[in-house]
Amino acid sequence: MAIVEKAAYTGNEAMAEAMRQINPDVVAAYPITPATESVQLFSNFVADGQVNTEFVTVESEHSAMSACSGASAAGARVMTGTSSQGLILMAEMLYIAAGLRCPIILAEVNRALSAPINIHCDHSDTMAVRDAGWIQIFSENAQEAYDNLIQAVRIAEHPEVLLPAMVTTDGFIISHGMEAVELLTDEEVKSFIGQYRATRPLLDVDHPITVGGLDFTDFYFEHRRQIAQAVENARRVIPEIGQEFGRRFGRFYGFIDPYKLDDAELVMVALGSTAGTARATVDGLRTEGIKAGLLKIRVFRPFPAAEIAEALGRAKAVAVMDRSDGLAGCGGPLFAEVRSALYGGKNTPPVVDYIYGLGGRDINVNDLRRVFIDLARLAAGEPVGQLVTYLGVRE
Amino acid sequence: MIKPDATWRELPQGGIIPEGGTAALYETGDWRSKRPVHDKTKCTNCLLCWIYCPDSAILVEDGKVVGIDYTHCKGCGICARECPPKVRAIEMKDESDFE
Ligand code: SF4
Ligand code: SF4
Repeated sequence: MAIVEKAAYTGNEAMAEAMRQINPDVVAAYPITPATESVQLFSNFVADGQVNTEFVTVESEHSAMSACSGASAAGARVMTGTSSQGLILMAEMLYIAAGLRCPIILAEVNRALSAPINIHCDHSDTMAVRDAGWIQIFSENAQEAYDNLIQAVRIAEHPEVLLPAMVTTDGFIISHGMEAVELLTDEEVKSFIGQYRATRPLLDVDHPITVGGLDFTDFYFEHRRQIAQAVENARRVIPEIGQEFGRRFGRFYGFIDPYKLDDAELVMVALGSTAGTARATVDGLRTEGIKAGLLKIRVFRPFPAAEIAEALGRAKAVAVMDRSDGLAGCGGPLFAEVRSALYGGKNTPPVVDYIYGLGGRDINVNDLRRVFIDLARLAAGEPVGQLVTYLGVRE
Repeated sequence: MIKPDATWRELPQGGIIPEGGTAALYETGDWRSKRPVHDKTKCTNCLLCWIYCPDSAILVEDGKVVGIDYTHCKGCGICARECPPKVRAIEMKDESDFE
């Protein structure tokens, strides 16, 4: 039995540690709060010779993702990290990385978008690039961030997927919050992720290829269809790898993480660190005999619509917690997709949206209790008045 | 070569073209609205046009400009612009002046 190392790590430190153990061929990154630390710590590993990585210091996030795409096309295993405005500045290249089928791994720290300027957590940045063709995995805590980053390598590089993947933590709440994290040994990580062998590396001069060619009306549609298939394939691959990770290391992962849902009537749906607060809220309500439950969504892309519909199959009222406002005029992005997942199914309970925590506004058990009290009224048959509520804003 | 009617299942992933140098197969000459016309009698064969042409359309043999590859020349005019002012051996003419 291997000795399990458990140590105090922040989310950023856990991400950096995972990167050290993954030992990618190339990292190109540009610093931005609150993600700076993970890549900075990683650059120390490079300077100290603890990894063999070629570290490329670039002048912007756009260049960071450009360098990552080039290195990935060349055949390297590539990682980077960013947050907020940095992710948005990368946006053009994020689409290109996915379109070129570069399995780049990005450690993303969720942070609000300007304006006004804010450095704290919400999910606006990650949600803004949700259609870029990247796998998106949310973490509830530093342990999950560490485990997810390691699994992301396998998911992204899977020959039937070959898509880039971002693993997110909530800015400051996870990135700078310290907790006990159980690390794998370097050997365990090495054997789990295996070696990366690009199928058609650009640097294979004996088999020259052209990357980034022009596709007009004749081929573009077919190439985009391939990406849709890769996303579809990821549906199968993600839980397979989550199960394999669990069998080997004891922590199992899937698309979603239901909590006390078997008999739950009032269900909250949440992403990221709020799931922990929601779990505590559910426990409190359960002691009062209220049948509350939580559906944590781990993977946002591909969106686990079928799994969600199944998990909410017995709910009488559902509250979706959106830590970003899509500014669509009809609720946040998670709400739109969860509600759509239920449409046409056997159970279509009332579903309402709570936009909360923008710019790092704190969310606590009392706030979430309020949401469950609203749900109790809906479950009792009261009509849905307001579909979208801004929770925790000064009215 | 990729078949023009290849389905999405048959095409290489990521839009890669599984060979190099394929720009030669792509005929861009019909994009041209102005045609560079080279005058051998003025040309000093300094080869600036050959260096600057983005489509490798200046044809050179034995260090001398022998003509222009109109199958690929897009008519950007860079060659005429870079030809030294005292020489001006390339003139851009309207495509409509030709057949
Ligand atoms: S016009 Fe442009 S493309 Fe044509 S030969 Fe001159 S430089 Fe080349
Ligand atoms: S730049 Fe002008 S002078 Fe020089 S090689 Fe070209 S056509 Fe001749």
